[in-house]
Amino acid sequence: MTMQPSCPSPILQHETVQMAHGAGGRLSQELTARVFMPHLHNPVLAELDDQARFEAEPGRIAFTTDTYVVSPIFFPGGTIGDLAVNGTVNDLAVGGAVPRYLSAGFVLEEGLPLADLERIVESMAEAARKAGVVIACGDTKVVQKGQCDRIFINTSGIGFIPPGRDLSCRNLRPRDAVLLSGTIGDHGMAILTTREGLSFQSRISSDSASLNGMITDLLEAAPNLHAMRDPTRGGVAATLNELAVSSSVGIELDESAIPVREPVRGAAELLGIDPLTVANEGKVLVVLPAAEAGAALAAMRAHEYGKEAAVIGKVVEEHPGMVVMKTPFGSRRIVEMPLGEQLPRIC
Amino acid sequence: MKFIDEYRDPARARALLGRIRQVARHDWTIMEICGGQTHSILRNGIDQLLPPNVRLVHGPGCPVCVTPLETIDRALCIAAMPETIFTSFGDMLRVPGSGKDLFMARSEGADVRIVFSPLEALQIARDNPEKEVVFLAVGFETTAPANAMAVHQAAREGLGNFSELVSQVMVPPAMRAILSSPDNRVRGFLAAGHVCAVMGYEEYEPVAEEFGVPVVPTGFEPVDLLDGILKTVELLETGKSGVVNAYGRVVSREGNPQARKVMQEVFEVADRPWRGIGVIPQSGLVLREAYARFDAEKRFDVGHIAPQESPLCKSGEVLQGHLKPSDCPAFGRECTPQNPLGATMVSSEGACAAYFRYHRNSV
Repeated sequence: MTMQPSCPSPILQHETVQMAHGAGGRLSQELTARVFMPHLHNPVLAELDDQARFEAEPGRIAFTTDTYVVSPIFFPGGTIGDLAVNGTVNDLAVGGAVPRYLSAGFVLEEGLPLADLERIVESMAEAARKAGVVIACGDTKVVQKGQCDRIFINTSGIGFIPPGRDLSCRNLRPRDAVLLSGTIGDHGMAILTTREGLSFQSRISSDSASLNGMITDLLEAAPNLHAMRDPTRGGVAATLNELAVSSSVGIELDESAIPVREPVRGAAELLGIDPLTVANEGKVLVVLPAAEAGAALAAMRAHEYGKEAAVIGKVVEEHPGMVVMKTPFGSRRIVEMPLGEQLPRIC
Repeated sequence: MKFIDEYRDPARARALLGRIRQVARHDWTIMEICGGQTHSILRNGIDQLLPPNVRLVHGPGCPVCVTPLETIDRALCIAAMPETIFTSFGDMLRVPGSGKDLFMARSEGADVRIVFSPLEALQIARDNPEKEVVFLAVGFETTAPANAMAVHQAAREGLGNFSELVSQVMVPPAMRAILSSPDNRVRGFLAAGHVCAVMGYEEYEPVAEEFGVPVVPTGFEPVDLLDGILKTVELLETGKSGVVNAYGRVVSREGNPQARKVMQEVFEVADRPWRGIGVIPQSGLVLREAYARFDAEKRFDVGHIAPQESPLCKSGEVLQGHLKPSDCPAFGRECTPQNPLGATMVSSEGACAAYFRYHRNSV
């Protein structure tokens, strides 16, 4: 006679995230083995210890962290996963660091399809490969349905700043040139138009990309570069205002020199939103001595992420702490620090 | 961008400016009625380019600015009710009521959602039959047809859980109020292109005739605005009044008959308070009796609201062209976009916000 088990066996093969996936037991191991390791595998992560260990490089260490809570999690031009990698890589690169190692912390809402999680992890792995960085350690927590919006990701990053390099937002000097690596507003408008279900004739795609490759070429072409920032939330308007305040200088922009893609311009017109205040995830603002502007521009334009790079303005002694725009009509106006959330207008 | 770039052409703008300088021999104060025009004027620095004897003042045409405080307080009260989804255009969420704004209400747990159209609010009502869905229907004649259409559609479908909190106002009565004021300095108007696209410009003809002023329907791009200013100055210099259309690509004399029809079917004219100005007779639209069940003011118990305006705020004088925003003692001091005392500083189209944003200091 064969003995029948008296209790049903627990279900091990789930299609969605369960609370038990974050409880540290068998299901946690299964999630790591099934979703994370096949995509993120590398010698540092494979140790599966409580900490990642790697050799330090000469120079200073740059360390940064950011948390990604974007909705929707899939959008034209990217996912929350590659965004989390690109964003942190860029935060290191704009400080002159060579990005090396990232951590990835996931907060998952129970019920998230594992297929969605896998797609996100896959996009992170691809972004890390393209940027030449290693995801060295990670963590997963699962929260009950309704306690987060499907998935939140935190990425921290470590990079090394070669000896002798010193970029800072306090370094701007009058007569410096202000360069932008390409069109503005693509990421923010892609998110907004997808989230709100607005359909435009031309689809707007996020510019999400790791810029460390282009920045390496740029620093070689313009070694005396003063400052770099990626204009993410708050857009070019917020970033330039921060730079102007930090260095106690004025910045003067030329409105007609700022590149904006046509569909972004159209959507911004329709919604009453200034593209200068819209987020970017694959652009960099560069401030450097005017004598190096030509070489810097050529280096950026030679790279796939800098083809539309332009000189958009200059640093001035007047109106310290303030950004001013020259209009195509010969008048001038203040470019204000944006207040907060972008709100579409009534009419 | 077709139909935009040609109206931002610096060469055309320069030619129009040259013509305005030639034509303008006397001092003229012209009011642009619409907040969208105010922002375009300041954003493009058109006010800096005009000859000093042609002065622009900003009118009451910002729906956020003129929505009475009690409407905001009613909105906050309804939004806080359980089982309610409160919907609004984004602009309205930051407008302070007596104590807080709709963003704060949302952070306290109210279900407040930004929509792009009242028809979107209607869809939320269809999708959530167990909830009361309320749309904050503010604006001028521009928003009225869509707001009317949402109610009309809800009635046709027999939707029992949709209503509108209505604060709908109209431009011509406000023009009459401004022109009738003993302090009035306005000699001509740039009429709001969007409003005229719906209503046509025929309704401005009696105003122009009665008060002997030129009224020029005008668009929002720099070339549109300069063309409108030129036409107004030409009329003023030759002593003529009447309506001259400077926005022919969008505006006709009759407007949009279908839009007007649905507005008239759902709304009727009534006296209406304007924030900062007070009650202007026959200047508002309210839901007709046949649609009373879609009126959130009647559906919810919010009649007891008693709002408190800041005594420092001079937005009423700004809205009537009596005071420039920068001449207000509180401007940029007690009153900033981060800490607005009145709606003209809150709204993205408010004159005070535009001044703060583009001209806080002389640049």
